[in-house]
Parts: sequence; structure tokens; C-alpha cells
Amino acid sequence: MTGQTFAQKAIQRASGTAGIVPGQIVDAYPDLYMSHTASWRCIRTLEKMGVDRLYDVDRVAMVMDHISPAMDAKTAAHHALCREFAQRMGVKHFFDVNSGIAHIVLMEHGLVRPGQFIIGTDSHSTIYGALGAFGTGVGFSEITAAWVTGKLWVKVPESVQVVIDGELAPGVYAKDVMLKLIGDLGADGLTYDSVEFSGSYVEGISVSERMTFCNLAMEMGAKNAYVAPDDTTLAYLDEAGVPREELEVLLPDPDAAYRATVRLDGPTLAPQIAVPHTVDNVVDVGDVAGTKLDQVFIGSCANAKYDDLVIAAEVLAGHKVAPGVRLIVTPASAKIMARAAANGVLTTLIEAGAMITNPGCGACAGNGGAMTDGETTLSTANRNFQGRMGSYHSKIFLSSPATAAASAIRGVITDPREVVAEVVA
Amino acid sequence: MGSEHRVGGKVITFGENINTDVIIPGRYLVSIDPAELAEHAFEPLGPETQARLRASDVIAAGRNFGCGSAREQAATCLIGAGIKAVVAASFSRVFFRNAINTGLIAVESPAAADAVSDGDEMWIDYDAGTVETRGLTFPFSPYPKVLQEIMADGGLIPHLMASFAAGGPR
Repeated sequence: MTGQTFAQKAIQRASGTAGIVPGQIVDAYPDLYMSHTASWRCIRTLEKMGVDRLYDVDRVAMVMDHISPAMDAKTAAHHALCREFAQRMGVKHFFDVNSGIAHIVLMEHGLVRPGQFIIGTDSHSTIYGALGAFGTGVGFSEITAAWVTGKLWVKVPESVQVVIDGELAPGVYAKDVMLKLIGDLGADGLTYDSVEFSGSYVEGISVSERMTFCNLAMEMGAKNAYVAPDDTTLAYLDEAGVPREELEVLLPDPDAAYRATVRLDGPTLAPQIAVPHTVDNVVDVGDVAGTKLDQVFIGSCANAKYDDLVIAAEVLAGHKVAPGVRLIVTPASAKIMARAAANGVLTTLIEAGAMITNPGCGACAGNGGAMTDGETTLSTANRNFQGRMGSYHSKIFLSSPATAAASAIRGVITDPREVVAEVVA
Repeated sequence: MGSEHRVGGKVITFGENINTDVIIPGRYLVSIDPAELAEHAFEPLGPETQARLRASDVIAAGRNFGCGSAREQAATCLIGAGIKAVVAASFSRVFFRNAINTGLIAVESPAAADAVSDGDEMWIDYDAGTVETRGLTFPFSPYPKVLQEIMADGGLIPHLMASFAAGGPR
């Protein structure tokens, strides 16, 4: 008998159904139901259903991240509804507007563990694969249904291996690797697939970089993404307070069946950039170098983690943001922000001319940092869809934090290797 | 013919990779009311497209319709605009789930999506597994049982409510 992929094992564990194969539909019982700012929609739906008993309130995690703090009376009312609900129902895993982006917050707090099956009201829930969990996005009705019944139907996906070997050149980062893959495979290149990342490069990268990987896998249509847990993962989980004896690591079998294997050679890669208005519209940064920018945004669940802020600060140290350019830095979480404050990273960014906002989704979700007609933003986020950051007649490019920082200094899209070379010289 | 699950009418066509931010911009997600959302459906593409959307019954689109965000309102806003079904060459997986869960028919049929033009008529029968347009019939694989049950009740939440009312497990 052929071995099993990670997805088969994870769904088998969550459904209690043995011997499942791709294409089969089973009921799975998630370990965690994440809802972000959409939580109020779940609560309203629950009220409509007339149900007040939840399947397992300890599996409910609510994070007020997309609109934080409230921007008007209506969103304030949504937040108030969520707070009141969490209090009344005894939702332990409630994170208010001061916490940061749901995905990052849950991982930092040890709520995401290897082998778990997690659903979230956010497409980038694929990010949980960075810790070896099965994470996938659903709508708010499905989260509400899971609150009540504890389950949802899942189609067992086919799996694709993505193998990245070799080290990256200086100035090239995990984001560049993912943009290259998205550009090559297309916005639907991995639709419905479970993506397993491996190779010597992946083994060597941090959990934060693995988050960038698994987050962006969604932009190829993936159902979930996965990096096999290793010592790097265990060290992260130790810090997050997860007892080792509680871990249930699931690894794919060596003879598991894959729909395809994609290989990418790390050392030959140059910095990449997605140009408007789709994430798979990817070119070398050099191809669009010189494009004038009005705003640079370093934020989002893709690239506003601690190491992302450090990279940006290293590039910006001793420089000033170009006149006429707005540099917005939105740390992914309160913990990350505190660490960056303690280590002087925020000071470096502020001295260069950056404005630091509170942690959360911020400009990526269109809240703060909106553009008017004809403006252009270079963002470290994961989407550049038309109108996502304000005017329908504005443009969004997507890059690594290094490219974003270098471009903020010059005021035009810039290959970060040029600025770093300048510093060294 | 004669199936209670045969719906259709006038078609509006779209290309490939139509994303959720174009279908319903994030700034309107503060609402879950289908009628209110419908006013802003496809707003980035301009008022002419929006007017044609409201005069249509079926969306026909290319590959990867609904890619991007998990926002359920991408399906709800289309229902509010009077759309009864989306026939596409393929769907993003979250949009497909959201469509079924909100009771919007979503059918994957590259051939049917390719065969129609704006203003044509198209009829979909998800029991029979057929799309009819321009005198042609395109078969598609019927929904799995669990999806058929959800659709028959008009979406996931009505389905659960019906099952509770019938004394089903909570």
C-alpha cells in the first residue's frame, strides 16, 4: 500500500476515518476555529439559529485584528458584541484590538500545534503549516457551524511537493522565493492542493520564514501548506509554551503519492516583485526599478514579523525615507512590537522617517494607509488586488521587506542589493 | 426539465482570476445584508458592469473565479444582486465553499463557460448535472450528497436549522 501524505494523515486524525484517499469527502473535527474581525458575523448567525450551546468553547479563538482599533461607531459596536459574547460564553482565547494579526498571535501563544486541523475565517490560514499543522480558510457560516456542531465537510486534497535547495544570494529572501513560485505556477497553480515544502533551503529557515512560505501558498490556490516539524519548530514551540509531551507530529510517509513535484534552485534567484493587479504577475525587481512610489507599507501576516522588521531596519539604518514617500510599518503582533522596541529596531525605523502603527492587519486590510487616485504603494503584504488599499485607480506592488526598505530610501522601486552595497562601500 | 433545482436566465461574462476584492471590496464587509452588499458588488469595475450584473441571472467566468479572500460576502453580494448561479472554468476553493454555504449554485464547466457571450441565456440544473445554453447541453458531475443536502435547504445555516428542527444531532 502506498504511504500517506501529510494531508491524508491530518484529515484522518481529525475525522477518525482510516485509509482516506484524495477526492474523498469526510467530516473533520477541527482542533481550533479561528475567527478574526468577522467574529461578529458568526455571533449574529448563531443568534439567528437560536443556538446558545457551543460544541467546545475551548476550541474557539477570536482575534480582533482586521479593524483595530475601531474606525467608527459601527465597527466599535462589532467589537463590543464580540467582547460581550466572549465574556458570556467563556471564550478563553479572545484577543482584543491590541494583540495583532490573528495567525501570528495564535502561533505565538502556543495555540497552533503540529498535526492539528485548524480552520479560520481568513484565506491565509494556510500559514499554520509553518508549525506542521493543517490550516485552511473558510467563510463565517462554516465557523459558526463548527461552533455548534464541531465539524465541517472536507474533501481530501491531492498533494504537491515543492522542493527548494541551496542557499539564497544576499538580498534575496523567503518572500522572493514565494513570489517566484507564484509567478511560475500562477494564481490557480495549486488550487485545492496540499503543498508540502521541503529541500535544504526550507530545512535551514526560521519559523518566521516558513510562515511567509505557508501564508503565500494560498496565493496559488492551495488548500493548506506544510513544513515538516524539526528542531527549529520545537524551539519555537518551546518558546510559545507548548509542552513537548503534548505534541503529535505528523510526517508524510516517504512513499506517499504526490500529484506533482516542483523544484526551485535557491542560489540563482534574484529579488522578485509582483506588479499590479495580481499576485502572479511577477518579475525581477530590476525589471521595474525606477518606478515612482508614494507609499511603502511594511506589514501583514506575510512579512511584518520580528525578523522582517530587523531586515528593514538594517537596510534603513543611517538613511532617510525619500521626500514625498510615506513609510508605514505595522508590526504583526504586540509581542513583536515590544521586542522591536526593546532592541532599538523601532527607533532605527522612526529615525529613518517611518511611521509605526499599532499591531494588526492595518493597511493590508485597507484600514489606514489608503491611497488616492494615481498613487502607488510598494507593500510587503500578500495581495495587490485593485482597490485593496483605497482608490480603484491606485497601484500596489508586492516585495520583500528588504526591497521595500531600499525602495523607501530611493523613493522608487530599488533592488535592495544596490542599497546594501552602498552601505558596505 | 421540471426539476425544482433548474435555474437560470441572462448571462454576464467575466474573464479569469476574478478576485474577491473586485467582487466585493473589503471596506463593505462591515455589512452582511445581501441587498446592501449588492450595491457594491463589482464596484472596482465601474457602474456599467454593475448595472449589467443587476440585470443578469447567471455569471459565466474563466478560471479561478473568486480567488483571494475567504470573505463569504463575495457570494452573498451576488445573491443580493439577483445572481442565481455562477458557471466557471474553475473556482477558488474558498469561494466554492462559500457559494454552496450561502445557497448560490456554483458549477465548474470550462466548456459551458467558454460557449456563452454576454446577454445569452443559460440554465443550470444541479440535480441533473446539466448546463444548457445556445441549444447545447453541457453535463457536469453532480454535487456530492452532503453538498446536495446543503443546497436543497438553501445553504449551510438553513440546512443545520432544518436538521435541528427535525430532531437531528446538535
